[in-house]
Amino acid sequence: MNKLIAWFDERIPMTKTWNIHLAQYPAPKNFNFWYIFGVLATLVLVNQILTGIWLTMNYVPSAEGAFASVEFIMRDIEYGWLLRYMHSTGASAFFVVVYLHMFRGMMYGSYQKPRELLWVFGMLIFLVLMAEAFMGYLLPWGQMSYWGAQVIISLFGAIPVFGDDLTLWIRGDYVISGATLNRFFALHVIALPLVLVILVFLHIIALHEVGSNNPEGISIKKPKGSVPESEKPKFTFHERFTKKYDIVDAFPFFPYYIVKDLVGVAIFLFFFCYVIFFAPAMGGLFLEPPNFEAANPLKTPEHIAPVWYFTPFYAILRAVPDKLLGVILMFGAIVALFVLPWLDRGKVRSVRYRSTLHKVNLTVFAISFIALGYLGLKPATEVYTMFARIFTFLYFAFFVLLWFYSKNENTKPVPERITK
Amino acid sequence: MSNAPVDKGRRRFLTVATSVVGAAGAVGVAVPFIASWNPSEKAKNAGAPVEVNIGKAEPGQLIRVEWRGQPVWVVRRTPEMLASLEAVNDQLRDPNSDEPQQPEYAKNLHRSRKEEYFVAVGICTHLGCSPQFLDQGMAEYVEGAQSGFFCPCHGSTFDIAGRVFQGVPAPYNLVVPPHYYINDNTILVGEDGEQA
Repeated sequence: MNKLIAWFDERIPMTKTWNIHLAQYPAPKNFNFWYIFGVLATLVLVNQILTGIWLTMNYVPSAEGAFASVEFIMRDIEYGWLLRYMHSTGASAFFVVVYLHMFRGMMYGSYQKPRELLWVFGMLIFLVLMAEAFMGYLLPWGQMSYWGAQVIISLFGAIPVFGDDLTLWIRGDYVISGATLNRFFALHVIALPLVLVILVFLHIIALHEVGSNNPEGISIKKPKGSVPESEKPKFTFHERFTKKYDIVDAFPFFPYYIVKDLVGVAIFLFFFCYVIFFAPAMGGLFLEPPNFEAANPLKTPEHIAPVWYFTPFYAILRAVPDKLLGVILMFGAIVALFVLPWLDRGKVRSVRYRSTLHKVNLTVFAISFIALGYLGLKPATEVYTMFARIFTFLYFAFFVLLWFYSKNENTKPVPERITK
Repeated sequence: MSNAPVDKGRRRFLTVATSVVGAAGAVGVAVPFIASWNPSEKAKNAGAPVEVNIGKAEPGQLIRVEWRGQPVWVVRRTPEMLASLEAVNDQLRDPNSDEPQQPEYAKNLHRSRKEEYFVAVGICTHLGCSPQFLDQGMAEYVEGAQSGFFCPCHGSTFDIAGRVFQGVPAPYNLVVPPHYYINDNTILVGEDGEQA
């Protein structure tokens, strides 16, 4: 066995990679519950890829056959219903864990220097994930698939001058048709997943280059030679991490955190399986009722709402009475997150040591996001629209305020070391 | 190997020239990939004009036909409906149809060739849903209006000439497609015709 490993190690950096990224990767010892979502996102990604491959084996990507083939998978394929529900529930679970993962980053300042690029890769993953989910939702070719796509594609029509030509080009027809379905299928099953996997790879490489942040928001890398032997952890870390620094208050990621994460994975699977087996439609949130009816280009459903994970941005779009401005603001809501590392001019990372103003601001932001998500599901009545405007304002106010107060923020003193 | 001194200028020129040719090649290769997303010949053919027989339409009735996969409405308006057009003018975003949402021959108060018949693409200009036709009961959504169109998606309202009311998300009036009368009982949707 050792000989075989040696044979490989001479030809490919197998053991080295294992050590750098797993067995000798220093992870801060104070990770809390919020640090499970990266692992869970990876798990869901694997679930989506596996079940997705199996679904393509029976799915028919055509306007005539799509809806029937999904019903065929549900009724006639052995365990087809399970594979499909794993995939559809996985889509929603993906956004649940990604939103929590992102909020973790915002709480503990994990986007701040030197982790800006790590955050940007994460945001790119989020963007690709939204495109992936949107295109996937067209594939069952139900009423909500069809009209939801109609609404989202016409967003591009708001672009002045070439907007209409652009929507025609995206659809490949004068309306959404089989041409649109087939290209979305191609993008959904091969192009975007490839991009997604590459981005996840880059996200992890960037993380392991700068090292993991932690709830205290302080570095576990100390100047070389500044830490007495007695205070160093009794673990071997790869020399890539110890060459320039003394590492303190850390465990190797494998096996310690992997084993700990397995508990989180088990708890996640309880919820995941509950939804799959007892509430796959989640009361119309994960699978919307009009989507149990085949797409009909001549009949719009009474009330069109996107799937829940898009509703915060959809609510922002609707809150603005002007079409172009609404589209700009909706995309602006995502762009603002992209540039967060440069909007936050503070030096203290963790919310634990930042000002009360920041704590309030972050809480208001979280509430606004959830409220917008709720409002995006509701019809646009006068009262709801008014609330959507207020919360849209608060959403953007978070970023503007942050930029102003973070320069000279009244922060608490940050500890030298993670408490022992 | 030659020991001649390196001509930096020449090397630079060759590098730039090679890069430019390579980039041009890359652009050329991109053309088929991008162009293949345009509507196919089949889709374009499906966009051919359609004939609508209006001989049997009752006053106040809406006929729905499909053109380029979109719903096209032909509404035979009653004299009361036509009379209501002037009354709502000040509640509209674009009462004079200044935005190019219709051919020149439909840029008038009733937004059609013949006053009685209104031809429009039945797709909301907000985000592409299909509004409902209300031959009465429009007052529920707009004060002082009897008939018109109401979009259930985001609550946009249009009068009986497809003109959008103020304070709704839809930015423009409904689109009037190119059309002409082949004879008194038949409209061809999709072409302007000779009489344009």
